[in-house]
Amino acid sequence: MKKLLLTGTLLSGLLFPLSEPLSAEPFHHKVDSLLISTTDHKKFKILQQDFKSGPEVTKACLTCHTEASKQLHRTRHWTWDVPMKKGDRLGKKNVVNNFCISVEGNEPRCTSCHIGYDWKDKNFNFKSEENVDCLACHDMTGTYKKLPAGAGHPAYQTTVFEKKTFPKVDLSFVAQRVGHPDRHNCGICHFEGGGADAVKHGDLDNSLLKPDRELDVHMAIGKKELNMTCADCHKTEGHQVPGSRYTPEAHDTHGFDYPLADNNPATCSSCHGLKPHKKLKKLNDHVARVACQTCHIPFIAKERPTKMWWDWSKAGKFDKNGKEITIKDSSGCILYVSKKGEFRWAKNVAPEYSWFNGEMNYTTFKTIIDDRKVVSVNHPDGAANDPLSRIWPFKVHRGMQPYDPVLKRFVKPIVYGPKGSGAYWSDFNWDKSISKGMENAGLEYSGKYAFVKTEMYWPISHMVSPKEKSLSCRECHSRSGRLQNLSGFYLMGRDTNPFVEYFGLLAISGSLIGVIIHSIIRYFTVKKLKKAGGK
Amino acid sequence: MKKIYLYARFQRFWHWTQFLIISVLLLTGLEVHGLYTLMGYENAFRIHNISGWGLLGLIFIAFFWYITTGDFRQYLTEGNLVEKIWMQVRYYMIGIFKHEPHPFKKNEISRLNPLQRITYLMLTLVGLPSQIIFGFIYFYFNELVALGMNPAWMEPIALIHTLLAYLLIAFVIMHVYMTTTGHTLTSNIKAMITGWEEVDE
Repeated sequence: MKKLLLTGTLLSGLLFPLSEPLSAEPFHHKVDSLLISTTDHKKFKILQQDFKSGPEVTKACLTCHTEASKQLHRTRHWTWDVPMKKGDRLGKKNVVNNFCISVEGNEPRCTSCHIGYDWKDKNFNFKSEENVDCLACHDMTGTYKKLPAGAGHPAYQTTVFEKKTFPKVDLSFVAQRVGHPDRHNCGICHFEGGGADAVKHGDLDNSLLKPDRELDVHMAIGKKELNMTCADCHKTEGHQVPGSRYTPEAHDTHGFDYPLADNNPATCSSCHGLKPHKKLKKLNDHVARVACQTCHIPFIAKERPTKMWWDWSKAGKFDKNGKEITIKDSSGCILYVSKKGEFRWAKNVAPEYSWFNGEMNYTTFKTIIDDRKVVSVNHPDGAANDPLSRIWPFKVHRGMQPYDPVLKRFVKPIVYGPKGSGAYWSDFNWDKSISKGMENAGLEYSGKYAFVKTEMYWPISHMVSPKEKSLSCRECHSRSGRLQNLSGFYLMGRDTNPFVEYFGLLAISGSLIGVIIHSIIRYFTVKKLKKAGGK
Repeated sequence: MKKIYLYARFQRFWHWTQFLIISVLLLTGLEVHGLYTLMGYENAFRIHNISGWGLLGLIFIAFFWYITTGDFRQYLTEGNLVEKIWMQVRYYMIGIFKHEPHPFKKNEISRLNPLQRITYLMLTLVGLPSQIIFGFIYFYFNELVALGMNPAWMEPIALIHTLLAYLLIAFVIMHVYMTTTGHTLTSNIKAMITGWEEVDE
């Protein structure tokens, strides 16, 4: 059986007194299997039936957990829709990204990561209770997998997709073995965001299933390691998972969440407090202006390469025989595929840094873009003179993607679909794929398309290194360090003022030269005087 | 030729301790400023901060000593200061090359010439205290900002601290050279070590 999250969390809360730094004691203490749950799902008659589909399982779950789907309907995991302050609607359903560009129009493929069943197109019923997928997050067997293009359904029959076999899922077996979400439940979508392992985030990939402490000091597995899972920080109540990228907390001013919790238990300070450095107290001076992540996550994609560049404009090339091309590098990373264009990858890469106050500026499909420069799909808001801003690490994913050069807006191509549907991956015609996509979304399209350079910022919070491996001072406090491009503030060891330096040099060299000249004159005049005296 | 006792034991202790602390401060400060790598940023930073406290403590002890012993009077001058300073400057620029005698004789009551008096007084009352004050503002920057100081002052404070450090180096160069202008090349330095100096009768 799996970990006992709640009791483990409570126990550890008592075990680590607030004034002490967190020790490397195991976060989850072993307990008798009876203490893990009051329920053995294997004993429920209703779960012993031969389920034909996911929604059937959910119906069975709802007979006891009567309000569960209503709770889930309120989550971003379900709606993929996040209303923002300025009136924009974000969330996975609405945003532009510079990977596969847009969910809308490509649902059966993208919604393989939706916590529901059957989101095939824009007519999906968001009020459906039985279409909530309980098993994706609560499967403890590791055998429950959604099909890559099954609109959220698992394989009810053994299915082959893109040369990969997805064996028939034994729904009854899985339904009887449910528990609190473990890292593989979250990871199946969040580690494989962007379509495959390690593609999207840079700090989230399948290496976190069994990391050592160099890779992630919190999630490390092994003796004397903390062995924390996702939900230990993303402490969830009522299915509302805290710590969303859409509403990030760049500056937790509340600190310890015990005894009084704030609304975001996922920040570093929730466990480590606002003065986390006990030995070198002066380091705490950084807390107000530098995010913990900046020094404590010196590298991302530590074990597996993450995608850094995706150029859609190169897509659609074929070999002499008219066949699709796939080019891989020696490590197996795809550098080119006809369907998607050109990729670049990086492993163990230093993040980029930016001031960030927790507000992300998003470019939506309605924003007029300036195509003369690189368009930021999203850009962290913040500045040195904004006291709420801190220096944060980001993975910046760059690329080229289609836009409308007349209306100056991003476009939504349909990429996934059968031959003849206009989907780019089947028909390789941008104009058709964009027209269909825009029509489906009810958006205006001038009929002209071009490609524009874009960048997208992914804030980094995972793959925290052990403290010995955190950034040394000189990484930033030097002339050409990691923060050399960040302006608007004075950074010791990096910044100099030419007037001060030249004036100082002048004063020092001037006095040296003066002293030397003076001593030479003294030497010769004294010699002369001595001679004269000698005579 | 005679020997006079010029520097009390405390004065010699104070002088050389200050020399040591300022050397360490300059060495570590310029490393933190990014001019070279010697002991590593972390060590330089830590030693610089500790030495800063050391210098502050030493200055307080010195002030206490000078006030209680009344020796601070050595730094005071009477009469036309500009004229006296000019005499001393003229000596260093012209007289010294002609082997003229020092314009002001050293003795137990008056061991400093007018130029020294004004220089050391300025250094002790203005130069070092401002450097220490700017250093401590820098050290307690977060706390002071929390009390309402403008965070944009970081840069000017840092720049003044750096500039004063450079000026201090220039002072040390000239100061060390000046020690060779005594009765013999080393008589001044010997005096600062033993307390006794050989002077012209």
